Amino acid sequence: MTWIFENWDRFWEVTGVHLRLSVVPVLIGFVLSIPLGWLASRSATARAILFPLANILFTIPSIALIVITPVLIGVKILDEINVIVPLTIYTIALMVRSVADALSAVPGHVTAAANAMGFRPLRRFLTVDFPLALPVTIAGLRVATVSNISMVSVGALVGLGGYGQLFTEGYQTDNTAKVFAGLIGTVVLAVLADGLLLLLGRVLTPWARAGR
Amino acid sequence: MIEFRAVTKRFEDGTIAVDELDLTVEAGTITVFVGPSGCGKTTSLRMVNRMIDPTSGTILVDGKDVLTVDPPTLRRGIGYVIQQAGLFPHRTVLDNVATVPLLSGWDRRKARTRAAELLEIVGLDPAFGKRYPAQLSGGQQQRVGVARALAADPPVLLMDEPFSAVDPVVREGLQDELLRLQAELDKTIVFVTHDIDEALKLGERVAVFQTGGHLAQYAKPAELLSAPANDFVASFVGRDRGYRTLTFLHADVPVHPVDTAKLGQRVAVTDWTLVVDDQDRPKGWLSGVDGEIEVSDQDLIAGGSLYDGSTLRGALDAALSSPSALGVTVDDNGAVVGVVRADDVIKALAKARAAGEVPK
Amino acid sequence: MGGWLFDPAHWSGPTGIPVRLLEHLGYTLMTLLIAAVIAIPLGAFVGHTGKGGFVVVGLSNALRALPTTAVLILVVLWAGLGDFPVYVALVLLAIPPIMAGTYAGIRAVDPVTVDAARGVGMRESGVLLKVEIPNALPLIYGGFRGAALQVVATATIAAYTGAGGLGRLVFDGLALQEFGQMLAGAVLVALLAVLVDLGFAGLQRLTVSPGLRPVGTGGKT
Ligand SMILES: Nc1ncnc2c1ncn2[C@@H]1O[C@H](COP(=O)(O)OP(=O)(O)OP(=O)(O)O)[C@@H](O)[C@H]1O
Ligand SMILES: [Mg+2]
Repeated sequence: MTWIFENWDRFWEVTGVHLRLSVVPVLIGFVLSIPLGWLASRSATARAILFPLANILFTIPSIALIVITPVLIGVKILDEINVIVPLTIYTIALMVRSVADALSAVPGHVTAAANAMGFRPLRRFLTVDFPLALPVTIAGLRVATVSNISMVSVGALVGLGGYGQLFTEGYQTDNTAKVFAGLIGTVVLAVLADGLLLLLGRVLTPWARAGR
Repeated sequence: MIEFRAVTKRFEDGTIAVDELDLTVEAGTITVFVGPSGCGKTTSLRMVNRMIDPTSGTILVDGKDVLTVDPPTLRRGIGYVIQQAGLFPHRTVLDNVATVPLLSGWDRRKARTRAAELLEIVGLDPAFGKRYPAQLSGGQQQRVGVARALAADPPVLLMDEPFSAVDPVVREGLQDELLRLQAELDKTIVFVTHDIDEALKLGERVAVFQTGGHLAQYAKPAELLSAPANDFVASFVGRDRGYRTLTFLHADVPVHPVDTAKLGQRVAVTDWTLVVDDQDRPKGWLSGVDGEIEVSDQDLIAGGSLYDGSTLRGALDAALSSPSALGVTVDDNGAVVGVVRADDVIKALAKARAAGEVPK
Repeated sequence: MGGWLFDPAHWSGPTGIPVRLLEHLGYTLMTLLIAAVIAIPLGAFVGHTGKGGFVVVGLSNALRALPTTAVLILVVLWAGLGDFPVYVALVLLAIPPIMAGTYAGIRAVDPVTVDAARGVGMRESGVLLKVEIPNALPLIYGGFRGAALQVVATATIAAYTGAGGLGRLVFDGLALQEFGQMLAGAVLVALLAVLVDLGFAGLQRLTVSPGLRPVGTGGKT
């Protein structure tokens, strides 16, 4: 703990990098997974392709994906994009299933009623289906966010920023306090992000708790 | 014999589910607990096998206070059947039925043999033994539930709305089956239902519970209909209880001869004529045809219910449901004996009443 | 690109691919065994009694947030190099999904079934072992297989502190700027994950009662 206060500027800096490296992939991945999840909820063929693909992507170790990405897209190994791309892929792999499950769980009579009232498909999706799917979607988003925050550290093994740097530097200089500081930072960040999403979910879906 | 002595159950939230219940269930009878939802039937039943323990009072099974017996041991000696059957989804039908014998330490072979026997006793093909519960219909699952409860041959059987999740036709079949089984097995059965018809059909004695856990009346079915103890019981047994009373009267109704004709025979039909097959079993009615015709299936008017000579209710129903207003009476083989008339039933009822056979 | 992977020279010797594969598989299976021994009884007990569910859920979430790299490094700094830090880090990773799966599985058993188990005279241990756990198996396997995938993938970073496994290919390749070797490591780990999952899928088919499969597919009729 004392390490954090004695090295506040450094700690603050890696916190910023860590946050950027974990939040950006969550946002991109989330946005991309909505149309993919919608597709999977509508078509069995899309499901048969997307779900196994997502499973396989998930089995590729993050460290491997981080070292392969620069070669595949032709950037330097120390570019932040090398963490952002793999984590975006993981986020999509996780979220496609959540979004698809959530959309499939919207009761048929509700969508039928919306159709009967004359909603056009896109409007219906945005104002009826998607809001009703939010609770399950947000549950998936929480898992993705927490696991991303924890995974960013892996990037440090190849020299990228974030709390992971405190781990590798602490390891090389035999400085337990430094590793510990990074660990605390990661856990606190994860808990905060998780709590924030939980709160967001409650605010966005007040009906989900009505009548309980 | 099961005795409830001043049994009260108050749940932690203060709900009084059973209030000072005093009641004796005679050995070898079917006793039915009936009453509206939430009146404490299930709670009373579950206190017998200690799925719930009473707040105060004593329950004796064959003279022994159940609170002195360790619950699992007690339960292995009491069959328990519940509404949703509660079969173990991960076990085959045969293994479900063999559960209690195995728990009681029988060896596997003997338990399985016994289980197969029981499937037959409850009217299931032993081939069902290999299936899993999810592969059975609701009615079949209930039969397996009954078989499981009977497997270790317990003297006492507790049944909590065992037939209420199946359709009316299947339910009636299961009820008849239970009566047949009971005639053979002679168990002490406590049967919970909220269906008064089921209660009157199955119960040798019926306990009517009132909301709040009070026992409103404990009597024989006929007495419940003719002499309800209070307004609650009167309204619970229903408006058509006069008609239901006929179920419990076995007075003689005169059987009249009827014109019959066989299929394929040439007849001149003047009045209502009953068409029968080669074994004299009724097929349907013929009426008002010009001249002589050859009787064929197309000419038949479907008949009503058949009267088997048992209760006045059956006789009246046969007469009322028949297109000719003549209730067809059959013998044990299903062959036509004659017909009964509704007015004769009413006369028989009046005679029974005059003779004091209809309790006031 | 696949040249490194298919070079016969890399398939033999004490640092050859088969050795690394076996090391990786060894870490994975041992980790899963230890994690299962800890997590299944805990999840089952809490699920059975219904008390302390929030502890299980909270503990799972907290453990999930723990960065495996940091745990690995901390244990190395405290206890020195070797397999022990690898197991600590991986076991902590595997416990949450297995525990959560077991807990959820037990809670999801139809209360009517559990009531019936007591009603026929089973003792509490019997209710748990003969009814709740067999019925919870599909969800327990769900958590377990999820943990297996994560462990196979994450065992890769064990090599960062000098331990074995397929991670060696990735880190050695990184040090030597040998892209083919890194790629080979990644592909082999993914392949191993699929194989391990297939293995457990097979085990699941063998040990989960056909009565619990979706209606219409189970058992003989
Ligand atoms: N565990 C419990 N805790 C608190 N109250 C309970 C509990 N179990 C039952 N009760 C209450 O006790 C009363 C009697 O319940 P019981 O289940 O015995 O009714 P029942 O006659 O079997 O009704 P039904 O026909 O609906 O099955 C009800 O008011 C019920 O809400
Ligand atoms: Mg009840």
